[in-house]
Amino acid sequence: MEGLDDIVEEFLVESHENLDQLDQDLVALEQDPRSRDRLSSIFRTIHTIKGTSGFLAFNRLEEVAHVGENLLSRLRDGALELNPRRTDALLQMVDTIRALLAAIEASGGEGTVEVAGTVLLISAALEETPAEEPVEEVRVEPVVESPVPEASPAVASVVPAPAPVPALEKLPPAPAPVAPVAAAPEHPAEPGEPGVGGQPGRRAVADSTIRVDVDLLDALMLLVGELVLTRNQIVQYVGRQTDQDLVRASQRLNLIASELQEGVMKTRMQPIDHIWSKLPRVVRDLGLQCGKNVRLEMVGRETELDKTLLEAVKDPLTHLVRNSVDHGVEPSADRVAAGKPAEGVLTLRARHESGQVVVEVADDGGGIDPVKVGAKAVERGLVTADALARMTPADVLQLIFLPGFSTAAAVTNVSGRGVGMDVVKTNIESIGGTIEVESVPGQGTCTRLRIPLTLAIVPALTIECAGDRYAIPQISLQELVALDAEKAAAAVEDVGGASVYRLRGELLPLVHLADVLGLASDRHDGHVVIAVLSSEGRRFGLVVDRVINTEEIVVKAVGGQLKSIGLYSGATVLGDGAVALILDVQALARRALRAESAERQEHRLAAAAATSSTAERQRMLLAAIGGGRRVAIPLDTVTRLEQVRSETVERVGSREVVQYRGAILPIVRLDRHLGAFGDSDREVLEVIVYADHGRSVAIVVEEILDIVDGEAAVQSDIDDLGLLGSAVIGDRVTELLDVRAAILAADPMFYATPPALGGAGHEVAATHLMEV
Amino acid sequence: MSTDTAARPTTRAMPATSQLATFWLDGDLFGVEVEHVQEVLRSQSITRVPLAPPAVAGLINLRGQVVTAIELRERLGRPARPAGEEPVVIVVRLHGEAVSLLVDSIADVVDVDLRDFEAPPDTMDGTSRELIRGAYKLDGQLLLALDVNRAVGS
Repeated sequence: MEGLDDIVEEFLVESHENLDQLDQDLVALEQDPRSRDRLSSIFRTIHTIKGTSGFLAFNRLEEVAHVGENLLSRLRDGALELNPRRTDALLQMVDTIRALLAAIEASGGEGTVEVAGTVLLISAALEETPAEEPVEEVRVEPVVESPVPEASPAVASVVPAPAPVPALEKLPPAPAPVAPVAAAPEHPAEPGEPGVGGQPGRRAVADSTIRVDVDLLDALMLLVGELVLTRNQIVQYVGRQTDQDLVRASQRLNLIASELQEGVMKTRMQPIDHIWSKLPRVVRDLGLQCGKNVRLEMVGRETELDKTLLEAVKDPLTHLVRNSVDHGVEPSADRVAAGKPAEGVLTLRARHESGQVVVEVADDGGGIDPVKVGAKAVERGLVTADALARMTPADVLQLIFLPGFSTAAAVTNVSGRGVGMDVVKTNIESIGGTIEVESVPGQGTCTRLRIPLTLAIVPALTIECAGDRYAIPQISLQELVALDAEKAAAAVEDVGGASVYRLRGELLPLVHLADVLGLASDRHDGHVVIAVLSSEGRRFGLVVDRVINTEEIVVKAVGGQLKSIGLYSGATVLGDGAVALILDVQALARRALRAESAERQEHRLAAAAATSSTAERQRMLLAAIGGGRRVAIPLDTVTRLEQVRSETVERVGSREVVQYRGAILPIVRLDRHLGAFGDSDREVLEVIVYADHGRSVAIVVEEILDIVDGEAAVQSDIDDLGLLGSAVIGDRVTELLDVRAAILAADPMFYATPPALGGAGHEVAATHLMEV
Repeated sequence: MSTDTAARPTTRAMPATSQLATFWLDGDLFGVEVEHVQEVLRSQSITRVPLAPPAVAGLINLRGQVVTAIELRERLGRPARPAGEEPVVIVVRLHGEAVSLLVDSIADVVDVDLRDFEAPPDTMDGTSRELIRGAYKLDGQLLLALDVNRAVGS
């Protein structure tokens, strides 16, 4: 069926099935002419065919179905009674439709099938007047019309319905002679035959597909899952054997099992268009309702995913689309005012990416303003102003996924009822997917869903911790970092009880799996293995004892008792038959990271309570600035640690700058700022980046030494220009940097908008937000 | 859990005789209705589940199916099984879900007569009393009827 597109093919398959049912229904109807149910069922079938054929521009088919539908609707409503003549007309309609379908299947068009006779016959049955005259007009073979002339004299002028019945009693052969009118329907039951030549070996569309119960496919999928596990087991076992025949057989088994798995998975795959096809309407209606002009574009409609997942994604996706139209795209007037085309564009994109399906809902609307989101979250009590001040804009956007959050200024009947994004998120996570949102104010928002290809079998990393094995779904895994004892000692830093690792300059919070599980790690050689995981747009490092393997695992449900622990998303059976728990990365992150931030918050509260005392508990970044001098910089003012090659430093007037992420970053060299004399011709500069309110500066130090807890520090007011004072940290006198002064040295305009002090930044940021 | 809310009404509904699969646990003989028992296994490797309730001994692989194992000694407030003694696994099926119980050793299937049935002895302590429907007075031995639904509940 190369020539036919999918829609026609689907239409043919469906129609053939329906027609078979129709034959039975019509015959049964003769026995029980008053069965409303059957009439309704027949009506629906014909109605569907009519609708689709009209849509596909099969005009003759539509014509036949249309008159048939008229007759059926009147029969159904009881306006007409079914008599043999009408049954004949209906049966002939079925035959003609069959002939048309056969022609469509064979040639892609309606071919030479004539429908006028059938239409007239049905019209006659409908009008209850003999169709004698028109019939003669069309000059069909007289034999076709035999029933009509015979009946017509009796009902020439009057309309007594029962009258034709006796005359028609001998008519059962009628449909057969009628058939020749339609040229093709000689053998209506063999749709392949009457076509234009036709390749003999080809299967007809209706014969080449088969409807299968989804439960059966589910059962097959389960069995294949078991087979994959057994295969893993055998392959592992055979790996230790030397018997060549056995090895070969196991390789074959390996291959076949993989192909079978793929095949069975394919049976459950459906293009995402199945759920997308309803969205243009949703967008159109909603656009009208909101008075917005929105165009929907879809890219990758043929991307396939598991039927179960497709169903699970449908509602969240619809919600996201509605959200985009309602909140994302601005009214036309606003768009024009902002210099954008009046028509908003909503783009749906789907693609396969490393064993996952990525679905994006992107609009070119106003974007999400992190400041507003933050203010709202504070107002709703979802986050403290203090915590908010420490968040990056990306983190702030994640707040929209919190339960009870809704940015809609007014509650509309479209969205803004406070349920929404959190439900979307929960739904997506329940099928093992993830959701993230990106937004550029003024340019639009993009929500990205990552969904596993299939629920049953997922690629996973198996790791070991405290002697047990666990599986981590690959979907959350970003990279693996292995550090030997020497490196680990240097690179893993302890920040007030919480350890962090400096991954390419960024601080990665570390979570020790053994601690979370309440077990004792059995790794004592100082090596550190970190699985870098992402959850809800945040990265963290999970410290495990050992990485074992990556393998495909079959997810098994665990009992309610274990689900309620909230750390495991399920269990699986590994290649050697042992059971391993599957870690729920999202839950793990929430548990570990929230506990940590709560702890930090406590520290902060304690610190706030002790503001009068000099021993303020604060984490400090220790840096050497040359000449043996060390400065401490409050860690919460540090955004990133970077390394910059000194040849990239350029000059603007008397100031030094570097190009950094598409912006110009002013630099202050701390050694010069503080009057020390460092080694200024090093190739690589260690840089501390401080960012606030969209501006950044870089503070150059000689070397980053450590992160320490300033709790026990003894402070003195012996200071100098650019310093707040000094303290004893780690037995050494350390200067406390006046961050504000250093920043102003790099960028005098840095605090131009909001007046702020280095240490009091949070309160200022919070006030700033409240004003918005 | 909701099925057996009180011991006595349940006993009234029971047929005059029934069959119990019996097993030993900490020196006592217990029984569960045979219709609940799916199979009995020996020496299964058990994967522990960190942070699970103490009575959850872990997970076992039952021909590809992952089944929770309940340590019945812990559940009944008995001392832990002496080191070196392998537990026997009784797989029971409740509401279509398989759960396994770890016991000391398996004994016979016995026919019991309801006339020999009595409510749990008053001397039994609280936790185990809740899980025991009552006792059958066999010759020279008491057979404690375990309420399986409660035993596997958390």
